[in-house]
Amino acid sequence: MSAVLPSLPSGFSGEFKGHKKITTPLRRPVEPVGRYFLAHASRTIRGHTWSEYEKTAAEKNVTKVQESDQDDEFEQNQSEELLSHDPRDWKTADLYAVLGLTKYRYRATEDQIRRAHRKAVLKHHPDKKGESGGLDQDGFFKIIQKAYETLLDPVKRRQFDSVDEEADVAAPAAKGKYDFFEAWKPFFDSEARFSNKKPVPELGDINSSQKEVDAFYSFWYNFDSWRSFEFLDEDVPDDTANRDHKRYIERKNVAARKKKKTEDNKRLIELVKRASSEDPRIKLFKEAEKKEKERKKWEREAGSRKAAEEAAAKKAAEEKAKAEAEEQAKNLKESSKKAKEAAKNAKKKNKRVVRNSVKDVNYFGQSDKAEIIDADVDLLIESFDDMKLSSVVSKLNGVTDPEVVKATFIDVAKEIVDAGKLPASSLKFFQN
Amino acid sequence: MSAVIGIAFGNTSSSIAVANVDGKVDVIANPDGDRAISSTLSYVGEDEYHGNQALSQLVRNPDSTIINFRDFVGLSYSEIDAETSNHSALPIDINGQIGYQINDKKITIDEVVKRNLKQVKLAAEDYIGKPIEGVVLTVPTNFTDAQNSSLKKISNDAGLKVLQLISEPSAALLAHLSADEERFQKDKLYVVADFGGIRSDAAVIAVRSGILTVLATAHDLGLGGEKLDDALAEFFAKEFEKKYKSNPRNNRKAMAKLKAACIITKKTLSNVQSSTISIDSLSDGYDFHSTINRLRYELVTRDVLSKMAAFTEIVVKKAGLETIDIDEVLLAGGVSHTPKLASNIQFLFPESTVVIAPSLDTKVIDPSELLCRGAALQASMIETFDDSEIEEAFKPHIVNTQHIQKPIGVRSVDGSFIEILPKETAYPIRKTVLLKGKGDVLIEVYEGDRTVKETTIEPEKQSGDEDDEEEYSDEEPETIREVVYVPGEKLADLALKGANGEVEVILDINKDGKLTVSGRSGDVTVKGSI
Repeated sequence: MSAVLPSLPSGFSGEFKGHKKITTPLRRPVEPVGRYFLAHASRTIRGHTWSEYEKTAAEKNVTKVQESDQDDEFEQNQSEELLSHDPRDWKTADLYAVLGLTKYRYRATEDQIRRAHRKAVLKHHPDKKGESGGLDQDGFFKIIQKAYETLLDPVKRRQFDSVDEEADVAAPAAKGKYDFFEAWKPFFDSEARFSNKKPVPELGDINSSQKEVDAFYSFWYNFDSWRSFEFLDEDVPDDTANRDHKRYIERKNVAARKKKKTEDNKRLIELVKRASSEDPRIKLFKEAEKKEKERKKWEREAGSRKAAEEAAAKKAAEEKAKAEAEEQAKNLKESSKKAKEAAKNAKKKNKRVVRNSVKDVNYFGQSDKAEIIDADVDLLIESFDDMKLSSVVSKLNGVTDPEVVKATFIDVAKEIVDAGKLPASSLKFFQN
Repeated sequence: MSAVIGIAFGNTSSSIAVANVDGKVDVIANPDGDRAISSTLSYVGEDEYHGNQALSQLVRNPDSTIINFRDFVGLSYSEIDAETSNHSALPIDINGQIGYQINDKKITIDEVVKRNLKQVKLAAEDYIGKPIEGVVLTVPTNFTDAQNSSLKKISNDAGLKVLQLISEPSAALLAHLSADEERFQKDKLYVVADFGGIRSDAAVIAVRSGILTVLATAHDLGLGGEKLDDALAEFFAKEFEKKYKSNPRNNRKAMAKLKAACIITKKTLSNVQSSTISIDSLSDGYDFHSTINRLRYELVTRDVLSKMAAFTEIVVKKAGLETIDIDEVLLAGGVSHTPKLASNIQFLFPESTVVIAPSLDTKVIDPSELLCRGAALQASMIETFDDSEIEEAFKPHIVNTQHIQKPIGVRSVDGSFIEILPKETAYPIRKTVLLKGKGDVLIEVYEGDRTVKETTIEPEKQSGDEDDEEEYSDEEPETIREVVYVPGEKLADLALKGANGEVEVILDINKDGKLTVSGRSGDVTVKGSI
């Protein structure tokens, strides 16, 4: 802006003078879109001031620039041997080395290939070589173009990757001594690039679960590979000269491809077999399985043992219970016998009391009739049930007055006769 | 390519876009190759058709073809005018909800929208090659909160996780501004006018330091491209009737055919000066073939086009502004391809106002793709945030901010007002300008007052040639009006001693409205706040 500020009038004192606040603002929603809004939101949320925010934004920008500016991404100096490679035999050259992509190989992205090609062209274009080496120095440039063509076409690139031996990692030598995981991981990682199925399971480590290990080997036993061997085909001549010859070469190529593919599959299966036989985890799993089996067997047997013990214990308990029951029954029998005897004795005693009661009062002073009275008493006693007997006894016990005894007997006799237990005529003395 | 997309879901058509890593936006075509995918569903027998395939069913199966349903999202049957379209399936009442009777089945509006979005999603996934993780949808500014949440829910049901709903005009403007980084830096007032198939929307948006604020919106739910088709169809119907004495207007199928052909003719006329229309067996077995040139077309559709142009003026009035306040008019929507519309609008606005339309500048973004491009850009910007951060950012205390109502600037030595913060700038804000000044200078901060300056340009006297007598009276003096801000009330004075020629003036308003003025020249810095 080119506007000019007025100069300071004389008499202006101080540095700053505020006159008025800004006119009342209006609260409006801003549209929540765009970078600037997001910046505003993040400032408000985090409570940043302007300078803090500008600082963090600036830091972010710097890192971005650094990330994209890597100079040593591609190798610049190809070997002398590669530079003098015959362009007619370009198929035998290492195409990744030609573009300086040996660090990446099959991992190189399309973007990397493009950039590497640009750099290589800048360096090896015949226009740049003309002065130093003459016109026929464009051999390497031709190879660069071929490499670019091949690597940028996904189909051709797969064909080249299939036979790119530099990218292959050899399996560890058989019968050597090595750490299983360290030695085999690079091999499986490199073979994984041929897989049609993604993702490829990892080899894992000693702590991998059996499920993971099983999945890993079943994946490799059923490996679905896109590896093919067209790149090694013998050049097919055009059929202008000899059509039969051309067809013969074609057939030969197909057969050779097939053969190589079979060999490759066989090689892989063999190596996977070897790896699985060497895998310490599989050994561990087998041992664990064996132990588990034993444990299970023991458990199974433990089960039957337990059942036998339980049966024996049950039997013993039953016998004990039976013996106890018998004992109890016996005791019960005995005690009831005793009770019966006691009752019998008591009865006898009571009967004696009743009998003696008349004797004690001297047959009411009528000793002559003693026999008749005794007979009557006997008859009465016979007709008593246990209850009656005991009530009579209680009435007679300790009574010495003959009249009372007599009255008692007469009452009782009456009761008995009224109850119909004795015919009234059978009693001789206690009648009336 | 990221798996977040922007979808502009319109009444007439939907479009999808995705942003690349380098910030470029691709508009995705569906498997039929259409980038503007008709928002149409049609059911024929057991089959469901979508997009332009469904649209072509309007001729044969109009009763099972659903069009123009976007505006019904989240509304109940009582809230709409069910008679809006007379040439497709009519909305019916399903327990208060809007729905359609298709063959023997009833289908609710939610289901219709969901199926439409599912189809759109399929097209996007085909293109990107992986499942869609999130989507930004555009909605008109007059969508209610209930409609917004309803659309969100339907979209989530269709398998599209809604990251954000953004308003259509801001999506369009975002796409326009993002095309060139400098556009964000310039504080301007835009009118975004979106002329769709059956409705027109306009908004006045202030762009201040990259932040967009809508000042006013206007909607016309009857004005759209379909009105142009109707006018054109009516014109051809008349011509046909005159030629063959057969009236196609009585025949629903004939009118559908004629309309479909008119749409193509209309689109062709946006690009070339004349076009043909040809329909086999339009009515009573007569074939129809005719040509029309652009001038005739513009005459036929004059009423509609001038209504549309006037519509942009309405929104400016609603914002309490005049057309001379507007810096740019951005045209969006399919109708914006029409050259006459752009020139009509340019005529309404002063010459200093730039009208952004493909007929005036071939480099501009296709107006029918503006919305989805904006949505895709927004989607790619918020993609890296997680859900809680996004939710936090759209809370009212962040979205609702204070806007200054008068411009703030300084007075230059000749008494004119140098605007630093234009009006409607949202704060907190900080802005720096570089001014000239040597020795001891005074920085006077003023609020600006709006005045209109009128300059009259006398017509150039034509040199006295032989055509003198043919001079017309239209050579009247022309008045050019422009808005000029003059210093109004003084806010502050700041003295800066020992300036070395260049003075950096920084105005900073914090969130409480405190204005801080600082001046810097070389290593001299002074500061003061109100």
